[in-house]
Amino acid sequence: MAIPIEYNLRSIVVRWASALVAVIGIAGTVAVFIVVLAMGQGFKATLASSGSSQNAIVLRGGANSEMESVVTLEETKVIGDAAGVARQVGGTPLYSGEVVVIAPFPLRSSGTDANVQVRGVSALALDVRPNVHLVEGRFFQPGLAELVIGRNASLNYEGLDLGSEVQFGGGTWTVVGIFESGGSSFDSEVWCDATVLNQIYKRPENIFQSVTVHLNSIEAHQEFKDAITSDPRLNVDVYRERDYYEQQSNTIQTVIRQLGVSLALIMAVGAVFAALNTMYSAVAARIREIATLRALGFSPASVLLSFLLESVIIALVGGAIGCLVSLPFNGFTTGTMNWQTFSHLAFAFRVTPAILIAGLAFAVIMGLVGGLPPAMRAARLPVVVALREL
Amino acid sequence: MVRVDCSGTDCLVQVRNLDKKYYRGNEVIDVLRGLNLDVSAGEFVAFMGPSGSGKTTLLNLIGGLDTPTSGTVTVGGEEINDLSGRRLTSWRARHVGFIFQMYNLIPVLTAYQNVQLPLLLTGLSKAERDRHVHTALELVGLADRAKHYPGQLSGGEEQRVAIARAIVADPTLLLCDEPTGDLDRETGDEIIEILHRLSKEHEKTVLMVTHDPLAAEKADSQLHLEKGLLVEAERRGEIS
Ligand SMILES: Nc1ncnc2c1ncn2[C@@H]1O[C@H](COP(=O)(O)OP(=O)(O)O)[C@@H](O)[C@H]1O
Ligand SMILES: [Mg+2]
Repeated sequence: MAIPIEYNLRSIVVRWASALVAVIGIAGTVAVFIVVLAMGQGFKATLASSGSSQNAIVLRGGANSEMESVVTLEETKVIGDAAGVARQVGGTPLYSGEVVVIAPFPLRSSGTDANVQVRGVSALALDVRPNVHLVEGRFFQPGLAELVIGRNASLNYEGLDLGSEVQFGGGTWTVVGIFESGGSSFDSEVWCDATVLNQIYKRPENIFQSVTVHLNSIEAHQEFKDAITSDPRLNVDVYRERDYYEQQSNTIQTVIRQLGVSLALIMAVGAVFAALNTMYSAVAARIREIATLRALGFSPASVLLSFLLESVIIALVGGAIGCLVSLPFNGFTTGTMNWQTFSHLAFAFRVTPAILIAGLAFAVIMGLVGGLPPAMRAARLPVVVALREL
Repeated sequence: MVRVDCSGTDCLVQVRNLDKKYYRGNEVIDVLRGLNLDVSAGEFVAFMGPSGSGKTTLLNLIGGLDTPTSGTVTVGGEEINDLSGRRLTSWRARHVGFIFQMYNLIPVLTAYQNVQLPLLLTGLSKAERDRHVHTALELVGLADRAKHYPGQLSGGEEQRVAIARAIVADPTLLLCDEPTGDLDRETGDEIIEILHRLSKEHEKTVLMVTHDPLAAEKADSQLHLEKGLLVEAERRGEIS
């Protein structure tokens, strides 16, 4: 049997001050690690929830995002008429030809300008996207310079309150409604009539950047896609709206992850050194105990395991504290740049169980790395010499 | 050549031509020089000698903690110098109980947990271990202190716990390196009394290093370590 775990637990408690630095270092590292992953997760969830599986978004062939895409008015009509597209009772197909511009608005928090994505949509936009609904005021009237504002945008920016007038793009707009989409990226957008937006921005009136259609059913996607891609009048790419937004989150999620993991790794180096220091001093302080255990017949391997275990216990305490510290970030809403569109996007951190477990695993790894060299020193201690230590 | 006398089956420890040199820089310290020793099973032997004469070194060699420069140590017919590190470790667990001058209890473990340590290296069940620990603690008169930590015990009590730990797994040999060296006369006498009892009533083989002639007198025989060899002082077993 191995050296009992009580030996390690009591040793840690008795020498807690020495373990403290390692605990704090590991807790901080794990907290940063978790918060960063939670940020990436929240970002991804926000963008993914923007899209619906029953919607499809159509871009010009080869375009990676709406920003790079051009779709003409005639094309939007062909797309709206395609098989699989849902229709209103009167037979009007549910599609929305859309244009997107970026306009600067002052953030309430700092007063500095941040880019807001302004989306020109069709009058049917709310029917095309059933997950978006008005919470205050009314929808814009086609042909008028009116704005409906996503809830996060209205919260985060000055001057986007219901009833207020706003200047941008060379025009004067009136805020007539506030909408909500359940925390998706649309909540950070400002919507208006696509045709009016083109006019005010002095763009060609019959040019759009994307078409979003509402389908008869989730299964109708293939039918729609086949119809669109085989139509000789069109050169377009079709995505499920959900896939499109999820994919849009990939770049930024990767960037967040890489930055976060690099930061966590740099911190981990410090935490590992703290663990090394704690464990080396634990071994140094217990040389005669170790030699006694070896004299009693405990093997070098069990000494090694015992000290590794001790290091991992310390790391787990740090990891658990790191988890607790990061938990309040769950649901914490912040804004960041959406690097695909260079607009500002509000999203909530998501501390998931999987991320917490990853944080604890990270702590264990730090404990093992920081504990191994001291544990090896303990295991290799020359017993006879060590017994003479006072 | 002294103390090479026991032939036959009751000879438990046989040391032959034991050499131990330490190298410190260019200096060679010739601690043991062709030392011979026989100890019978159940014998209580006291080793005396000036500081630095090699008493601890000899005990460490007999106890399988150290390896000789040359020569052999045979315990119970097994030549322990031949054992590999790992087998030597488990040999120690089965055959040797160490008692140190500074007790060497684990301060963060209770008396009970300290005594139990050697049993964790056996296949005994929890209940059996429990029984053995209580027997050992009772034998040294500390059954009521099982839950106490070493810091809550006096020096004499600590040493008694250490004796309980040394005997709990019923080893072949008890090796005691100045077990009373840190204790006052009275407490030291109690410790020697316990060792004497272990030898006489429980047929333990006890090898004890001591500076105290009175303590040594309790042993069956007293040997002096001088210039790397053992010199016989008295042979009480033969006299009586
Ligand atoms: N690891 C070592 N390296 C060098 N010299 C040592 C070592 N261990 C013991 N010695 C020397 O060997 C001699 C005998 O030591 P020791 O066996 O402890 O003597 P005793 O126990 O009789 O006082 C001493 O001179 C001591 O300094
Ligand atoms: Mg000594």
